[in-house]
Amino acid sequence: MEEHPGFAVNVQGGGSSAGIQAAKSGAADIGMSSRELKDDEKDLLEIVVARDGLAIIVHPENPVGGLSLVQVQNIFAGNIRSWKFVGGPDREIHVVTREEGSGTRGAFQEMVMGKSRLFPRAIVQDSNGTVREIVANDPASIGYISLGLVNKRVKAVCLEGVEPSFEHIVEKKYTLVRPFLFVTNGPPKPAAREFINFVLSREGQELIRREGLIPVFRD
Amino acid sequence: MTRLEKRESLIRIALLVVAFSAISVLLVITVFIFEEGIPIMVKYGFKRFLFNLDWYPSEKSYGLLPMVIGSIMVTFGALAIGVPFGLACAVFLTEFSSKRLRRIIKPMIELLAGIPSVVYGFMGVVILVPFIRETLGGPGLSVLASSIILGIMILPTIISISVDSLEAVPSAYREGSIALGATRWQTTRMVMFPAARSGIIASIILGMGRAIGETMAVIMIAGNAIAIPRSLLDPVRTLTSNIALEMAYASGEHRQALFATGVILFVIIMILNTIANITSKRRKI
Repeated sequence: MEEHPGFAVNVQGGGSSAGIQAAKSGAADIGMSSRELKDDEKDLLEIVVARDGLAIIVHPENPVGGLSLVQVQNIFAGNIRSWKFVGGPDREIHVVTREEGSGTRGAFQEMVMGKSRLFPRAIVQDSNGTVREIVANDPASIGYISLGLVNKRVKAVCLEGVEPSFEHIVEKKYTLVRPFLFVTNGPPKPAAREFINFVLSREGQELIRREGLIPVFRD
Repeated sequence: MTRLEKRESLIRIALLVVAFSAISVLLVITVFIFEEGIPIMVKYGFKRFLFNLDWYPSEKSYGLLPMVIGSIMVTFGALAIGVPFGLACAVFLTEFSSKRLRRIIKPMIELLAGIPSVVYGFMGVVILVPFIRETLGGPGLSVLASSIILGIMILPTIISISVDSLEAVPSAYREGSIALGATRWQTTRMVMFPAARSGIIASIILGMGRAIGETMAVIMIAGNAIAIPRSLLDPVRTLTSNIALEMAYASGEHRQALFATGVILFVIIMILNTIANITSKRRKI
């Protein structure tokens, strides 16, 4: 801000659909989304500013350290109900998911679940933080959150034998990756363009890296 | 008209306007919810909302049955906990405690009503949920946890209105009963309760209203699963949490379906209130 006097950036939360909607209606110059645009939103201009890994998380004491994509899909669809079927103790799996409409859930649905439905008996939470909180406290639970938000209180499991990490995403070995988008209705206005340029600049991308996300440009 | 009369009628009109503005807010809310929620219900048919188990807005499936049952379970669970405790407390305060003790305890109970619901939810998450998970099993986020927390949340409503209505019973009733040789408990059970019945029922209705409408605390401790709970230890989603959870991200038909959720909630509350009003009137002495 100090380098750009006269500009003000107002940030409003509300989720991916709200961000896209705001850009569409002109309420915001730039809308942000953590999921891909749907077909009826494709008329908007999209710029990928960062990427984010989705981590499958379990309690740190859970002996299960790795799962296959099919196993994850079956756990979240409610077909696998006990940890004993995936190499853990004989204990019921508590599935934690995000609410309908969330970008994280949308990305998870698309990349992991495909056409199958999420388990209706799954616990639903409305933020990455609360999902992490539940998984950190319940030894029998499993959830998914943004990789940047994984901390020591939960364990991110390996997927298909690949550990979810910054390097593995950059090397494209870890596949659960979603884009973070800026969307604008038509070409961005001068002030918005300046902001987008900043985010895509070396400095902006460095900030993104520091937040635990994956920059789109590599040095 | 004298000046005094003029002033009087002016005040009358001013008060009338104020009274109606309160009602008009209710009217605006009602019209708004129905206007937003009814079109989608008409489009897909009422049945697909109320008698359908699948809530998958992304697939245009809007079954609200699990949430209707969830709301009812949690509300009656809260009453099952709040009513006995609340009434026992009210009876103790009016019939068995000294005036001095009452003067200390009653304001403390009323203070409970001032605690924000998010704090109750937080206490539930930090203390009650882990306790249930470790002692009774399941994920802890459950019908039971929500019922207990809501039961505590409705205590001040039930206690303070019941105390007021028990206190409003003329003391001649109590004195007469005791003079006839009845014990304190007999007097309470057979004289005071029937005399204060309408007030006590009103307190339960208000408590029920608070329980069914509570959102924040329930979102935090109910688990919000979209399935009819098979036991008290299963997670549950209420109608209010359905709206609050998904409103932020909803657009288009999904958003309208959340308003439809509001319509159903509205109707359920109306039905419960009417039933409660009828029963409280019929039993009045």
